[in-house]
Amino acid sequence: MSETKSNVVLHVADVHKRFGGLHALADIDLQVEEGQTHAIIGPNGAGKSTLLNVIIGKLAPSSGAVVFDGNVLTGRKPYEINQMGIARVFQTPEIFTDLSVLHNVMIPALARRDGAYKFNILRALERETAIRQEAEAMLEDVGMHSSRDMAAGSLSRGDKRRMELAMCLIQHPRLLLLDEPTAGMSRHDTNTTIELLKKIKSRGMTKVIIEHDMHVVFSLADKISVLAQGRIIADGTPDQVRGNPKVQEAYLGGAH
Amino acid sequence: MNIFYLPRRDAITLAVFALVVLTMPVWLVPFGAAYPGLMQKFAIFAIFAVGYNVLFGLTGYLSFGHAAFLGVGSYTAVWTFKLMTMNVIPAMIFAVIVSGLFALAIGFVSLRRSGIYFSILTLAFAQMCYNLAYSVLTPITNGETALQLTMNDPRVLDLMFSERGAGLPSPSLLGQGMSGIEAFYVVAVVLLIAFYIAQKIFVSPFGMMLRAIKSNQTRMHYTGFNTRPYALTAFVISGMYAGLAGSLLAATDPLAGAERMQWTASGEVVLMTILGGVGTLIGPVIGAWLIKYFENIFSGFNDAMLHHTFSWLPQGAQDVVVAITSKFVGEGWQLSLGLIFVLVVVFLPGGVMEGIRRFSSLFRNRREPGPTGALKTSPAE
Ligand SMILES: Nc1ncnc2c1ncn2[C@@H]1O[C@H](COP(=O)(O)OP(=O)(O)OP(=O)(O)O)[C@@H](O)[C@H]1O
Ligand SMILES: [Mg+2]
Repeated sequence: MSETKSNVVLHVADVHKRFGGLHALADIDLQVEEGQTHAIIGPNGAGKSTLLNVIIGKLAPSSGAVVFDGNVLTGRKPYEINQMGIARVFQTPEIFTDLSVLHNVMIPALARRDGAYKFNILRALERETAIRQEAEAMLEDVGMHSSRDMAAGSLSRGDKRRMELAMCLIQHPRLLLLDEPTAGMSRHDTNTTIELLKKIKSRGMTKVIIEHDMHVVFSLADKISVLAQGRIIADGTPDQVRGNPKVQEAYLGGAH
Repeated sequence: MNIFYLPRRDAITLAVFALVVLTMPVWLVPFGAAYPGLMQKFAIFAIFAVGYNVLFGLTGYLSFGHAAFLGVGSYTAVWTFKLMTMNVIPAMIFAVIVSGLFALAIGFVSLRRSGIYFSILTLAFAQMCYNLAYSVLTPITNGETALQLTMNDPRVLDLMFSERGAGLPSPSLLGQGMSGIEAFYVVAVVLLIAFYIAQKIFVSPFGMMLRAIKSNQTRMHYTGFNTRPYALTAFVISGMYAGLAGSLLAATDPLAGAERMQWTASGEVVLMTILGGVGTLIGPVIGAWLIKYFENIFSGFNDAMLHHTFSWLPQGAQDVVVAITSKFVGEGWQLSLGLIFVLVVVFLPGGVMEGIRRFSSLFRNRREPGPTGALKTSPAE
């Protein structure tokens, strides 16, 4: 195992994941530094989402471990991992489709305030003014305030994603995992989202972002890891990765 | 910070509901249903359904075993009458506690699974309870004969203050007997309190968590919630409501039989909730009233009454019509219930409440076009 530097918040250490005969993740060693935006790119089926699933406890690795801020995450429940400060935007939005947009954003805020379980029937939701205001401000930030009373299920695909992003941001996670946050968005919405993500960057949140859109990757990332067939074939700064012939071959080929 | 606070809209609902319930002896007259025995049932089964809906309506967990808690409540109440006092308050309290403990145990195991497996586990537990009551635990439940009061029950509390009377004692509240219209008002007040507590749950952050579990349990996990204790709390609350309803059945008729725990009784509360409107507060109450009302009407019919009803038809046709309809009344009234249920689920999956909503939006939309995609106030499933 490589030595862990003091400013590394997330360390994926020698992780393997097998699905039957498929070696979806092979010997993954990844270190994400505090405050940085770390992009993971790679062709379809490379194992990018699987890697995030292992980090948030949705999947157990076949071997290896994930260490966050000095604590081993492997073996913990997804809700414990979230309570430690990791939030995730999914590739297909995971939202509360039957609830209003506002409630969708209030729920994660309550998770942060009240913890994993609280029997709270004495207060009324309508009296939760602090949480409500916070949620409204967050919706303002992502440009969705006008849809706050709509059912989340009736939003457009891009709006669902933006709302899911708001649901993660309101928790002020230390680590934010984004699985193709701009997929399905118009160019304009993509740019708004990039601006928003840059704004968070200045607040010092650490991010791991999976993205196919190279425009997004190169405008956000401090570090890039390239994943192909379950292996990291290259990593480094955007310029290093761009110039790497292996990467050109495996992934960027057509783009340049 | 006022812990009794309800949002304005819900406070109005509660006031209207209270008015409707307390004036039942008046407005039920034209329906021929204004007699105490039936009105007590209306109130008691409304409590059962309102509590059941806290679990099923909010979390989406479909329990097929809630009659077990109704039965446990009844047995506990009758035992409290026998051992301690004929006062109904201790009976209600013990019934709620004991059925809550049963719900805690059964819910703890059943909630390890979800969907159909959860439903089957609850059904299995309820049938076990039924069998225990019917045959295994006869010293406690008196099996087939049903648990009843006897002349030489200890009733320690009562007998400390007064002599053993001549006949069988009957349940009472503050010296007031629990029979007839007085008993209806006692049960009605309990219903109003139970309804108010359900309203508090519905508008609280806790209630929103339960809805969120129904909507997307996976998201709840990745949002930092441990959903199992939330679902278990809802399960225990609904079990306590069932136990309370069971104790009131015993309070209005001090008898507890195993058939109260049978799976048909569990199914009935599911029907009530769906018929009225899952996830709404008023829906299950309406469902309970409709089912108990129709049960009363249909099961009371016999062939002679049918002949009378259809006497305007020519003789031959009359015989045919009576022969067919007689299968749907009396003992066969559950055929009618099944038919009504099928019609509602097919044409109005949101139950009576959805019907009301559609009807009222029909009028509203004529005047002002509503915003598209605006939030429906309840899940339509
Ligand atoms: N739960 C699972 N069970 C079996 N196989 C799986 C599972 N999850 C992913 N896989 C397989 O693992 C491989 C990697 O999938 P993954 O979703 O991680 O790819 P990805 O890099 O996110 O691709 P995309 O860019 O299409 O999202 C794929 O071949 C996929 O079919
Ligand atoms: Mg993926």
